[in-house]
Amino acid sequence: MSKHNIVSHLKQRKIQDVVMSGRRMDGRGLEDYRELTIRSGMLEKSEGSAEVYLGKTHVVVGVKVGTGTPFEDTPDEGVLMCNAEFTPIASPEWEPGPPNEDSIELARVVDRGLRSAEILDTNELSIIPGKLVHIVFVDFYVLNYDGNLIDACSAGALAALMKAKKQVYEVKEKEPVLTDKKVPLTIRKQPIAVSMVKIGGNFIFDPSADEEEVMDARLTVTFDEDGNVCTMQKSGSEGLTMEEIRKCINTAAAKAPEIRAKVLASTK
Amino acid sequence: MSATFETRDIVVPGDVLYEGRVRTGENTYRNEGNVYATRVGLVNYGKEDVSVIALEGGFNPLVSDVVIGEVVDIELGQWLIDIGAQTEALLNIPDAVDQPFRTEFVMTRVLDVGDTVIAKIVDLDRKRTPILSILGPGLGRVSEGFIVRITPSKIPRLIGKRGSMINMILKETGCRVSIGQNGRVLINGRTREQEEMVVKVVHRIESEAHTSGLTNRIQEYLRKLKEERR
Amino acid sequence: MSKKGKKKTQWSRVDGREYNQLRPIKIESGVLPNADGSAYIEMGRNKIICGVFGPREMHPKHQAKPNVAVLRCRYHMAPFSVDPRRSPAPSRRDQEISMVMRSALESAVFLERYPRASIDVYVEVLEADGGTRCASINAAAVALVDAGIPMKDLVVACAAGKYDGRLVLDLGDYEDKKGQADVPVAFMPKLNKVTLLQMDGVLSPKETEDCVALALEGCKQIYEVQREALKKKYGIEKKPEAEQVAPEEAAEAEEPTEEAEKAEEDDER
Repeated sequence: MSKHNIVSHLKQRKIQDVVMSGRRMDGRGLEDYRELTIRSGMLEKSEGSAEVYLGKTHVVVGVKVGTGTPFEDTPDEGVLMCNAEFTPIASPEWEPGPPNEDSIELARVVDRGLRSAEILDTNELSIIPGKLVHIVFVDFYVLNYDGNLIDACSAGALAALMKAKKQVYEVKEKEPVLTDKKVPLTIRKQPIAVSMVKIGGNFIFDPSADEEEVMDARLTVTFDEDGNVCTMQKSGSEGLTMEEIRKCINTAAAKAPEIRAKVLASTK
Repeated sequence: MSATFETRDIVVPGDVLYEGRVRTGENTYRNEGNVYATRVGLVNYGKEDVSVIALEGGFNPLVSDVVIGEVVDIELGQWLIDIGAQTEALLNIPDAVDQPFRTEFVMTRVLDVGDTVIAKIVDLDRKRTPILSILGPGLGRVSEGFIVRITPSKIPRLIGKRGSMINMILKETGCRVSIGQNGRVLINGRTREQEEMVVKVVHRIESEAHTSGLTNRIQEYLRKLKEERR
Repeated sequence: MSKKGKKKTQWSRVDGREYNQLRPIKIESGVLPNADGSAYIEMGRNKIICGVFGPREMHPKHQAKPNVAVLRCRYHMAPFSVDPRRSPAPSRRDQEISMVMRSALESAVFLERYPRASIDVYVEVLEADGGTRCASINAAAVALVDAGIPMKDLVVACAAGKYDGRLVLDLGDYEDKKGQADVPVAFMPKLNKVTLLQMDGVLSPKETEDCVALALEGCKQIYEVQREALKKKYGIEKKPEAEQVAPEEAAEAEEPTEEAEKAEEDDER
């Protein structure tokens, strides 16, 4: 396909037919995830890092912990900032340039999952209230795109944050003094995103790039380890019924612990 | 005056293949009395020339190639088709419709953006843009099936000597397969299991295209896949 | 007393290397499924990945050249690749390195084979530790070959410089920042032509010459790693029959000439 963002009619028809019969083009069942591999801590200059392979989707998550001024309305809280980069190596369709709406949506959806779950103890990140706090940057770097970036980045973010460390500052005479000590960030919750797309009336989990290309709608639901929903995002042009939403949430709730287990295993 | 490698050695661009005078075959070039490789591949010292069988490479369009492509744009009197070459290909109305031109002709009724076609390259214009035609047996808009992509340089291996490999696959799986020289393979089977077998075989051929004894190994692989189905 | 004497003559670098020793280097080709060609390189703590697309239709079309392909290079660093975190927006240094990469690689590519097309080389630095432009060129050359783009030769790059008063090969980040000079060099090893030459710092003309020679020595070693990376993708190729355990191998051995002829004809385009 060239840079024209065109959906192939042949592909759309074939994928719809195959999904209708209860399978996917790569032989998976409708609810099956592709092979998920997670490594963490492989970048030495980042305070935290993770690499995720979900099928052929490949992302790297880097966590940098810096310092800066807090927001005015939350003077004694540290800051969490997420950013996504759709690098041009990830797909022949992607051109270099400033973030487009898809990469912004990706960053914001994963960000909301982390933020609503209150994954970080933001008070712990405060150094001098009102003047200096830790800022945790989480950057999603997409190296190869084959669908379901949200779930891959959500898993990667959790893996990277769980092993991330911050440098300790002591306060002497109201001034911050950098020490040699490094301590892990307190990770209070373990949010995991689960995404599904609707194709011809059927719902499938962990969509590939082709499946995302022909989808009618997508729903992402993020769960914490207690099974609470902490984020939802629906996109796509078709609507969903209440019954469909209910079924999605229930099936997704069973998937989140499986993904979480892989994340936790990678951080040992 | 000598060959510096042996036939079927893997060479990379810049490797000196021959010192002295010899005819330069595919994927080689001559410089200051030596012949060098231009692509990574298997060197072949033929009776009269030195060439390299490339292991990687994009599609190089040649007249009379059959290709599979997708309509990406419509301009006045022509469709723009993506065939994975270094430029998009053109399909003009007279090469798509076998009727005299009428002023109320609607192009999208014949081919719309997003349609897939099997076409033949009938010309390369001055700017080396491939000019296509969909008139002729086996050519035209594709209405069912799906496409698998492989490296174009591996297509000859998929076809085999006088069609030996592809004919064996068709016989063993019962699928219809159309092969584009541009590395795109259209597959259509009666069952999903048959189609999945063809996909597995095509990918295996792609990864082992540079080895010998492949036809027999693929035949054995197909028999194993059919066994597993039972 | 003798111990003190030993200490004096035993000069080593911050990471214990000899003056002419490269950092550990590893290259892998064909690592990105969606790219036409790709490579990943680790040189010391540098971790860089490169994807190549093309030759393909040039966008925007008006920038295409009528007689040759346009080679476009983009060097870009991940925000987490350096300390402190940097903005993802391209910097002026990024743009200069992109340009220098292009001229280092251009002479090796047969651009005239693909008029009006573009060949896009994208480099992403995941972790930086000095010498990223050389590492990027090394990865880019492998990725271009992996994409099957016809080339006259490979391109190899390495830097030499001066640190603590001595000439050293392959400067790490610390040596680059604290040293007296840095001389990155790229060259085409079989054609023996230098395609990148930069320098910054202060060196006498003789030292400059020696640095370039030292860098070229480093290049020759890296060239072997590039070759291995390209060949490794296809396994051990010379005698594929030896690897097979299938029963019909016995039948094949009985008729070797027929099989060899069939294979050769299969391989011909």
